[in-house]
Amino acid sequence: MDIAALLNAMPGAVAQGLIWGIMAIGVYITYKILDVADLTVDGTMCTGGAVCIMMVTSGHNIYISMLVAVLAGMAAGFVTGIFHTFMGIPAILAGILTQLALYSINLKIMGRSNQAISVDKYNLLVSLRYVKGVEFYKNTILVVAIFCIVIIGILYWFFGTELGCSLRATGCNPNMSRAQGINTNLNVILGLMISNGLVALASALYSQYQGFADINMGRGAIVIGLAAVIIGTVLFEKIFHNFALKLLAVAIGGVVYYIVLQVVVWLGLDTDLLKLLSALMVAVFLAFPYWKKKYFSKPVKKGVN
Amino acid sequence: MLEVKNIYKTFNAGTVNEKTALNGLSLKLNEGDFVTVIGGNGAGKSTLLNALAGVWLVDEGEIFIDDINVTKMPEHKRAKFLGRVFQDPMMGTAATMEIDENLALASRRGKLRGLRGGISKAEKEEYRERLAELGLGLEDRLSSKVGLLSGGQRQAVTLLMATLKKPKLLLLDEHTAALDPKTAAKVLETTNKIVTEHNLTTLMITHNMKDAISNGNRLIMMNSGNIILDISGEEKKKLTVDDLLQKFAQASGEGFDNDRALLS
Repeated sequence: MDIAALLNAMPGAVAQGLIWGIMAIGVYITYKILDVADLTVDGTMCTGGAVCIMMVTSGHNIYISMLVAVLAGMAAGFVTGIFHTFMGIPAILAGILTQLALYSINLKIMGRSNQAISVDKYNLLVSLRYVKGVEFYKNTILVVAIFCIVIIGILYWFFGTELGCSLRATGCNPNMSRAQGINTNLNVILGLMISNGLVALASALYSQYQGFADINMGRGAIVIGLAAVIIGTVLFEKIFHNFALKLLAVAIGGVVYYIVLQVVVWLGLDTDLLKLLSALMVAVFLAFPYWKKKYFSKPVKKGVN
Repeated sequence: MLEVKNIYKTFNAGTVNEKTALNGLSLKLNEGDFVTVIGGNGAGKSTLLNALAGVWLVDEGEIFIDDINVTKMPEHKRAKFLGRVFQDPMMGTAATMEIDENLALASRRGKLRGLRGGISKAEKEEYRERLAELGLGLEDRLSSKVGLLSGGQRQAVTLLMATLKKPKLLLLDEHTAALDPKTAAKVLETTNKIVTEHNLTTLMITHNMKDAISNGNRLIMMNSGNIILDISGEEKKKLTVDDLLQKFAQASGEGFDNDRALLS
């Protein structure tokens, strides 16, 4: 085993991790803030890239293409939201339905199951070839980090507004929210739209990074997103209390996930087993709070007041 | 003020669990009425409050608040007329949000929530003063998460949230039932103070007959989804718990069959 090979792979891992960190921030919004497990993201994680690549290759500006990718993601979130609120379908199932529908839509967007894009022919923002040995302002890690910081800034502002506060309240206590005049259905739809918009943005970045969009690129995305959310929360919950820092922790969680992945591959694990490993890891981390409560909680004396 | 005309609500209609919770109930409240509501379990007290709040729509009948027909209005829209406090202290507040954020949510009840800041400096000052009036020392803990408060403190905060923006109608659903006697008395005292101060029209469910007699200017007793007794003014002041039990037996043709109501 060659430590130089591992170090060599690190910048790529960090860049990918940050891109998935943006995706994980989207997951954080639904999973942690809205208290909804949204599986739409497995589909959206392809839709964003598909839209972005098809638009760029047909001659559109990269920023416009990415904007449209985000809008497409938001539309997917909107559909899941309508399934869940207006049609009363449980959130998980609503997400699965949209995810399945997106498979067809993604195929139709791309025309086939895979579409490549060359960074030499088109002016892309990020690429795996821009990770090392380019001018610093073109460096993918920097570009994605800027995206992360701007997104965190916007979300920090938004969740402090009247509307953002009502969204947080909706996730925390929907009964109370309705009693305070909050339209919880509308807020759930809005939250799903923001979340999937972010996931589509991550997808658009990721497809540029790897140089193609593929129908299977979103498979298991929710698991990676959850892994990043959990890793970020576990690592930083004691020190990060501010909302913006919590989002930053999630983005860092994505980076840590990719570094761990890279190390595991470097140690010689069969790459076919990666998804199995990811799933088991997330399962164990999700179980932690439950186990902690069940087996390690001290009996608490009930307060008199 | 509030006018309820002949409302019906049946749960699980057409199944073995069918339960008629409201059975042609009518009620009229005047501005400033403080009405206590008593009745055995399953009498329809909470159902009545939920019907008014719009948790679900009634099967038949109409509900007017200040001559506005709210019968078909969804819960979150009706909320602008109402202040609500629930039996479960966990229900009325958002545990993961700060005390001031919870109050700010409540102060925007009935307003369009836009992209303005969720809470302003001036507001915080106002909340500090209002919290100080509760006498629980919460004014120094504005940015504490509500989840860290005790049940009594949470009910007090919920009560403040319900009345921060003067509601047309205050609905209290056994809001002291889950508290220990001392805290319950304190929350009830605060309730009386706020209701009197702001001259709020109030419906308060309670299982404690003494509380029902000693609070408010009017008392209604419910049984099987309807009002079987409605006493107000001087007559109410002279009431005793024994009177109530007797009247209940007379009106319903049966004794108060549940221990919980008798014990209190």
